[in-house]
Amino acid sequence: MKHRLQFTAGKLLRMALLLLGVSLVTFLLVSASPLDPLQTNVGQAALGAMSQEQIGRLEEYWGAGEPLAERYIGWLTGLLHGDMGMSLLYRQPVLTVIGQRLSSSLLLLLTAWVFSGVIGLLLGMAAGWSRGRWPDRLIRGYCLLISSTPAFWLAILLLLIFSVWLGWLPVGFAVPAGVESGAVSFLDRLQHAILPALTLSITGVAGIALHTREKMVDVLESEYILFARARGESGASILWRHGLRGVALPAITLQFGSVSEIIGGSVLVEQVFSYPGLGQAAVTAGIGSDLPLLLGITLLTSAVVFGGNLLADLLYGAADPKIRRRAAR
Amino acid sequence: MKPILDIRHMSVFFTQYDRGLRRRRLPVIRDLTLTVEPGQIVAVVGASGSGKSLLAHAVLGLLPGNSHLEGEILYDGGPLTGSRAAALRGKEISLIPQGVTYLDPYMKVGDQLCRGKKDAKTLERCRAVLERYGLGWDCAGLYPFELSGGMARRILIAAAVLDEPRLIVADEPTPGLDARAAERILGHFRELAQGGAGMLFITHDLELALTVADKVEVFYAGETIEEASAEDFQSPGRLRHPFTKALKRAMPSGAFEPIPGAQPYPGAVTAGCPFAGQCPRCRERCRQEEIPFQNVRGGRVRCLYPEEERR
Amino acid sequence: MRRRDKNRRKSTVVFLAAALALLAAVTVAGICLEDAAAATDFSRTNLAPSARFLFGTDWMGRDMFVRTLAGLSLSIRIGILTAAVSAAVALVLGTAAALLGPRADAVISWCIDLVMGIPHILLVMLISLACGKGFAGVVAGVSLSHWPSLARVIRGEVLQLKSAPYILAARKLGVSRLGTARRHMLPHLFPQFLTGLILLFPHAILHEASVTFLGFGLSSEQPAVGVILSESMQYLTTGRWWLALFPGLFLVAVVVLFALLGERARYLLDPASAHE
Repeated sequence: MKHRLQFTAGKLLRMALLLLGVSLVTFLLVSASPLDPLQTNVGQAALGAMSQEQIGRLEEYWGAGEPLAERYIGWLTGLLHGDMGMSLLYRQPVLTVIGQRLSSSLLLLLTAWVFSGVIGLLLGMAAGWSRGRWPDRLIRGYCLLISSTPAFWLAILLLLIFSVWLGWLPVGFAVPAGVESGAVSFLDRLQHAILPALTLSITGVAGIALHTREKMVDVLESEYILFARARGESGASILWRHGLRGVALPAITLQFGSVSEIIGGSVLVEQVFSYPGLGQAAVTAGIGSDLPLLLGITLLTSAVVFGGNLLADLLYGAADPKIRRRAAR
Repeated sequence: MKPILDIRHMSVFFTQYDRGLRRRRLPVIRDLTLTVEPGQIVAVVGASGSGKSLLAHAVLGLLPGNSHLEGEILYDGGPLTGSRAAALRGKEISLIPQGVTYLDPYMKVGDQLCRGKKDAKTLERCRAVLERYGLGWDCAGLYPFELSGGMARRILIAAAVLDEPRLIVADEPTPGLDARAAERILGHFRELAQGGAGMLFITHDLELALTVADKVEVFYAGETIEEASAEDFQSPGRLRHPFTKALKRAMPSGAFEPIPGAQPYPGAVTAGCPFAGQCPRCRERCRQEEIPFQNVRGGRVRCLYPEEERR
Repeated sequence: MRRRDKNRRKSTVVFLAAALALLAAVTVAGICLEDAAAATDFSRTNLAPSARFLFGTDWMGRDMFVRTLAGLSLSIRIGILTAAVSAAVALVLGTAAALLGPRADAVISWCIDLVMGIPHILLVMLISLACGKGFAGVVAGVSLSHWPSLARVIRGEVLQLKSAPYILAARKLGVSRLGTARRHMLPHLFPQFLTGLILLFPHAILHEASVTFLGFGLSSEQPAVGVILSESMQYLTTGRWWLALFPGLFLVAVVVLFALLGERARYLLDPASAHE
């Protein structure tokens, strides 16, 4: 048990260091940008019409004057006090913006994460079970096709089919346009989240399915499956009792480790569906050079990714009988 | 007595690629004939890589997909088809495999033993069979990696006899065990045979086989070259095939003389006697002709010039 | 079954040649058609696909087929460039981590974890921003974000090779460090590297298109597929489906072709496949 705690503490420390690195890299990258935030956000024409004093105030607002190191350290001290600064575009604290955006993204991300995991696992098991026969070929072909399809184009395609041609689902936005946010029912939210979630689920399947297929093939060729068959266990028993047991742990680990891809996909998909989530905010912040917001979003998503990896490690230790029994001793 | 297992002229082929493009059929077991009677222990003795394990898989109907079986396997008088084997596996026919790798590493021993059934009757049976082999019920809660070599072996035997099988196929059940532990396992085998089960005992260890077997089939490069009773080995002059004789001499209790040369891989010899390359008495005919399996002195031998009986 | 298996290696070579030829043709055609792709003609705007305009035309009368070809060509060129840079970075850092001692290994492994911790698309976005978007931004963004997984593979491979018995034996026998690297490690590493490189193409192309689509990549004057699809978004609800459908479909086809290419190359280069 002590060993587990040490292991976890070590991982957490490493994670904190990595997050510090992420924030520094993000900060440097955005600061290095030659794009002038004033020009992109205020516009050339408007700038020309302003007095020098006004421009100076704006420059201060967008943080153009301050030296780099000072700005970073200032931001870091703020962060340690739980303050991520103000979003320049939204004119609200970064934490508030992220909180709002995250709450609508979370529904999307979680559904897609769970669905793609479960469907990917099942498809992978089916493919491994029928190795070399047509279901296997079909599933592998599907995975190849899906992993070669840009998420945003798939989103456009689904939008075209379900919203434009069939008219079953709304075209965009998390809530109906022109309705006050308090009046939006849960059903409305759900309806607007269906297509984005579907897109993300479809694209997330490929990796886990192929990985599970390999594992399944290994399991089925193992000696213990031979013995199970020799003891008269039925196909169903071999598939669900032994097969699932053999592939579930690697699959779950992989799924926790692939949070990054789903988040990456959500950036694109939210953009297509105008879904006001974290991904869309990231794009807006990027285009508008909103450094504090961009920093906040990058830091948060990285924390989620590292957290996923950490959970994968811990879960492996908790679920693998070998590690678990050794730790208990 | 009517045999429980009757294998007639069975051959097992594998399809293989030779240098990438050419395909060929590789005979791994050739023209194998043997019978096992209820209460009898028949040992199949051969070097590793001689195709013995496939014999076990063939009897259980578990040959891999790229293999092909010819000849006949009769179980209890009727042909043992794939579907019949599937219905009988784990009920009347059971396997004792080599070692702990034949247990699911992620499942507790008890769950594997009971095959997922949780009713009181199954649990009682599992408890009884574990007790019979000196294992407590607490070992049902262990994972395979927590078992010692001897415990794992006893659990595998327990798994095999759970259903009171009439035919038991034991595939190298003792490697890695010390002499005393192996002796104990063989004692269990004797007990099972006395209980009326027929047993096919596949091993590379002739000495061990002779301590329990009633009949020994000597396996060489995919062929049975001699069938002899256990008594025949007591007086080596009664043995018929030069290889069997050499094998007997190579035993620690014999002269401990190694056999010069190496066994050919299955399928490497296409004509004549597979032992020709190592045989001290090989003649021209041996390398060309099909060698028949002939009856000699109550046993059978696949040799054109079987050894004379000497006293 | 027999016939197909028999010719598996040969058919793989034929497939590789055909795929390469096809991709090369698209690339060259795209370069030649770059001017035609930008040509506007307001007498033929918003035409649905027909025999004359296979993929239809857009609101400025540009031939979508020509635009798509030019866009794919640009995507392929960027893909090759970025994959090559990425693979080179991966090779250098991967071997450095494995050979330069534990401290270098710790630093490089930390960098790998860092880069992998930021969602890909976000990182490409950030790097592209730092380089002022455009062609340079996309190339830098994709190149500098795709190396970690291959670097990890190479690091592991070199570490394994370093302690492999035959390498140790060669060193004991007095073969120089460079000699062992060249004669014993390189032949082992090269196939891994090459397949890794080819398998980077699909990712590189997809991310280039994605980041351009989001507005952080190639500028709207360039005939990039990302730009085409981004523009098509405004016309979806008015029923001009062809603007989005065909360019995307052909982008998928190109990426599939690259992915298959990588898979087949791996099959050919893998010595184990000789026995299947």
